[in-house]
Amino acid sequence: MAAPFSWIRPEPHGIHVVPANCWVDPSRAVDKALVTHGHADHARGGHGQTVATPETLAIMKLRYATSDGATPVQYGETIRLPGGVDATYIPAGHVLGSAQILLEHAGERVIVTGDYKRRHDPTCPPFEVTPCDIFVTEATFGLPVFCHPPIEEEMAKLLDRLAAHPERCVLVGAYALGKAQRVIAELRRAGHAAPIYLHGAMEKMCRLYEEHGVDLGELRLVADHSKDEMRGSIVVCPPSALNDRWSRRLPDPITAMASGWMRIRQRARQRNVELPLVISDHADWGELTRTIEEVGAEENWITHGREDALLRWCQLHQRRARALALVGYEDEDD
Amino acid sequence: MEEFAALIDALVYTRSRNEKLRLIAEYLRATPDPDRGWALAALADGLDFPAVKSSTIRNLLKDRIDPVLWTLSRDFVGDTAETASLLWPAPEDSPSPPTVSEAVDQLGGMNRKSVLTELPRLLDRLDPSGRYALLKLATGGMRIGVSSRLAKTAFAQAFAVSVEEVEEYWHGLDAPYDPLFAWAARGEAPPDIENLPTFRPFMLAHPLEEAVVDLADYAAEWKWDGIRVQLVRAGEETRVYSRSGDDISATFPELLEVLPFPAVLDGELLVRGAHQGGEAGGAASFNALQQRLGRKTVSKKMLAEFPAFVRLYDALLLEGEDLRELPWTARRARLEALMGRLPDSHFDLSQVVEARDFEHLAQIREGARDDAIEGLMLKRRDSPYIAGRRVGYWYKWKRDPLLVDCVLMYAQRGSGKRSSFFSDYTFGCWDGDPDAGAELLPVGKAYSGFTDEELKKLDRHVRQNTVNRFGPVRETDKSLVFEVAFDSVHESKRHKSGLAMRFPRIHRIRWDKPPHEADRIEALRSLIRD
Repeated sequence: MAAPFSWIRPEPHGIHVVPANCWVDPSRAVDKALVTHGHADHARGGHGQTVATPETLAIMKLRYATSDGATPVQYGETIRLPGGVDATYIPAGHVLGSAQILLEHAGERVIVTGDYKRRHDPTCPPFEVTPCDIFVTEATFGLPVFCHPPIEEEMAKLLDRLAAHPERCVLVGAYALGKAQRVIAELRRAGHAAPIYLHGAMEKMCRLYEEHGVDLGELRLVADHSKDEMRGSIVVCPPSALNDRWSRRLPDPITAMASGWMRIRQRARQRNVELPLVISDHADWGELTRTIEEVGAEENWITHGREDALLRWCQLHQRRARALALVGYEDEDD
Repeated sequence: MEEFAALIDALVYTRSRNEKLRLIAEYLRATPDPDRGWALAALADGLDFPAVKSSTIRNLLKDRIDPVLWTLSRDFVGDTAETASLLWPAPEDSPSPPTVSEAVDQLGGMNRKSVLTELPRLLDRLDPSGRYALLKLATGGMRIGVSSRLAKTAFAQAFAVSVEEVEEYWHGLDAPYDPLFAWAARGEAPPDIENLPTFRPFMLAHPLEEAVVDLADYAAEWKWDGIRVQLVRAGEETRVYSRSGDDISATFPELLEVLPFPAVLDGELLVRGAHQGGEAGGAASFNALQQRLGRKTVSKKMLAEFPAFVRLYDALLLEGEDLRELPWTARRARLEALMGRLPDSHFDLSQVVEARDFEHLAQIREGARDDAIEGLMLKRRDSPYIAGRRVGYWYKWKRDPLLVDCVLMYAQRGSGKRSSFFSDYTFGCWDGDPDAGAELLPVGKAYSGFTDEELKKLDRHVRQNTVNRFGPVRETDKSLVFEVAFDSVHESKRHKSGLAMRFPRIHRIRWDKPPHEADRIEALRSLIRD
């Protein structure tokens, strides 16, 4: 009999499921990929076959113009892979379509979370705690300084500032997939019914969310409207456009950014942000440690972010853990 | 404390000076005494609580959180106070924040031992923003981009008084400045500053530009390239103030025991150097003076190597008599008569430059070789000493700037309103013959001297001619020539070229000039005057 868990192997370019000869979130093109969600550090085009939720596949088709070998799996559905491996997609609460992938083989259970959060999000179903032997968790905000405040507080900050400057607009930098739609949906939930203006790069993803049943209210494109029409409005753009020439067409914008990094003053200052909104689609420190406790795996594998601190926490709490050295890049914009 | 914390947070995220002024002024109007006085002190000068040090905070935290997690967090955040404010365990009860003055009283009462139990009690009463504000206030440096001058200007704006008057009272008062608020905010009598060594706002000059003045009405003096200072002695104490009203006495201790009578004197602080000017007791270049600036303590070696002295321009107050209403000629006579009573080791007189007429004066100005001379001052003979810049009284007539042609190499985004423009430019000169493979070496950086229209064109040029990106910096294809104006050039280790310019600004954009015709490093080096 093979050594325990020898069938699953962290390799630099992704987690290798050996008997099925496939990879989870590989960072280079492979024959067969299991993809947790549509962000570029997890999903990419060019795979022979891509197994993901229908929402993630739709996002990938839109972003990477790839639909070859798309194999949809519904939440809760289990598919049988070659070599006797079962894969089950479980909601991760990160963005539309995001899933944890439960892999089972020879009675051993491994969960790869991709990215996740534990907060309410009107655009996707919540994270489900699922028991397993090995829990592969992200650690983007894996430092005890990260504590995301309730989103209602951040929405109130945003709407207060908007109300105080009816002659200006508030320009919110938000990641084009997930964060932007969540911010818009939360604004609607907070009672903000006015049209929201979009940077052109956001339009298609917002339409995709709407097609998947997420109500975003009235959206308008900045390009179709005059400066005066946008006074007193909220404008949403990708973070890269915040200080770009593009913003010159807006009425004296107050620069805001929705990101977990905004918790750190210097990070906000570096990006010239006047109104930092601490809103993240990743688990904060409290959620990461609580999740490790609730899942209660034999062993935790930590990746994507500040592995050191979470590793240290596991050590202090007598939980087995190791840090993975996966090739990827920092999610600077979340 | 919540309002103060909110103010600090707002200031952290605000780049615009006007907006900062508005925020501080609004706070000062809305906050009761003495809280607003303490807050003003924290913003303007920083408060000092000897019991609370950065290391105190670190030690408190390491008792409450795993040291490894503390260090990882501190390294990531980059600021001890901020890290501590975020990591401090949230109290179970909803906090009842102290007022600013309550916090200041308690901090002031702590010693090295009691701080370990009392500071935690204060922190337990605050949320993360409040903890940040408290720890910043307790450890002195706020470092939120608010200068002492800005805080005073905001105070003046809040209560519609003149900032010059605020400056006059400022150094005679201690935090929380109750007499200042009594006067400005509550309409009471102004603070009594007699017998206090307080700062009197400087009289400033306008640039002469193209004007011509009649020397019958105006006297000329050299404009020395040091730092303008005010030397004040009152109540047996001498202080040195910089042009912005900062107390820089600690930086120049040799000047604190040499003024033998009560007075307020205006002059140029210089250091003696090998380079001898046209005057007795020559001054070294500004480069030498720079060795002395910005130091809180001064070594004996520094004092010996770069001894400071004051070249006097004017007398404002003399042994209880206010001379400021007198005409310049009368003040000048008093100052000249005074020189015999001052030690020439530390004082000399800025000489009046005699000229037959304006044209002759222009020739003298052209011929000035001394590097410590920045140009000429023209002072109307009947001018009183008035705070600030009044048209028609004093003019500065700077030596013509030096000019070289440089090539644009790198551009960086500006801040605030300029954040979407590449508005900060690094430029270079050739290290040899450009046609024989010479390279450009950076010689300086400038972000002024062009119009808004020109900025748009420059921004477009940078975007269309980018060859490399390094984070916020763009490297351009080095196709554009700037005629750069600057006041002087010195040896410097900071640039690879070994040269550094003083006050570089874009003089003209030479869209027409091919880059290989720009100047060489050697041409720039030949302009070094010291």
